Amino acid sequence: MAQGRLTIAGREFNSRLMVGTGKYASNEQMVAALEASGAEIITVAVRRVNLAEMGKGCMLDYIDPKKYALLPNTAGCYSADEAIRTCRLAREAGISDMVKLEVLGDEKTLFPDNEETLKAAKVLVAEGFTVLPYCSDDVILCKKLEQLGCAAVMPLAAPIGSGLGIRNPYNIKLIMEAVKVPVIVDAGVGTASDAAVAMELGCDGILMNTAIAGAKDPVAMARAMRLGVEAGRLAYEAGRIPKKLYATASSPLTDLIGS
Amino acid sequence: MNITVNGEPHQVADSTTVKQLLEEVQIPLTRVAVEINLEIAPKATYAERTLQDGDRIEIVHFVGGG
Repeated sequence: MAQGRLTIAGREFNSRLMVGTGKYASNEQMVAALEASGAEIITVAVRRVNLAEMGKGCMLDYIDPKKYALLPNTAGCYSADEAIRTCRLAREAGISDMVKLEVLGDEKTLFPDNEETLKAAKVLVAEGFTVLPYCSDDVILCKKLEQLGCAAVMPLAAPIGSGLGIRNPYNIKLIMEAVKVPVIVDAGVGTASDAAVAMELGCDGILMNTAIAGAKDPVAMARAMRLGVEAGRLAYEAGRIPKKLYATASSPLTDLIGS
Repeated sequence: MNITVNGEPHQVADSTTVKQLLEEVQIPLTRVAVEINLEIAPKATYAERTLQDGDRIEIVHFVGGG
């Protein structure tokens, strides 16, 4: 299957599926799910080291840095300042300047605070970060984020962890028309068909965590998501037939066996 | 002297460096970031940078997240 590659800020990736590393039952399960997903970009969170538990090893001991590009997020930040601080720490802790900017506005919906996201994006781009912002599925907002220099836009499909799927495919389509940077659907998918729908719309990629980690069998779901993303992308590149109201016969209408 | 590490009070000897602090709490020097009084302490400075009484230190690393 020769599918076009995903390019973010000059870096090329074979996989269009990005996955999170949270909520797994064990590190071993996480590693198996990452492997099954085929993802090359994985998100991580930045948190205080628990001094009482040091010496026990950490999550990164399980992850091969040559195999995966780490994408630190700013999850849990509710202001531009907190998010900027977290990104600076992430860059110092990691090896790259690529960050998933996520400024939340509300604990119940985990919807982004787009105003704070714009503020943070401006500062981070100026500081040389490759900024991938989680944002609302709003065309004007995505255009503004692109203008500020973000390397991609990551509109939500539905609330984080909700599994509701692509709630507004028309908005996603409009965003893709409006911006030149990659459009990566971030958050809200529940199952493989949701991932396929996103990719059939022409999205450049998709980022998910709960849909895989929360499944009864996360490793199997990771593989399902990989196939869903590949199938959806192939269908998009293949070019689907237009929808019509009436039937069109598939078999010849001539030379029928006559009476 | 008294410092604060990740929000908790912590005692260290005078002129303790960042590197010594990390070793004392058994944190590998790679894959962490250290902030002193809200400013990033670059990795290259860990060995020379000495802590001052009252410093507020944050030591962070990567954990699972989406």
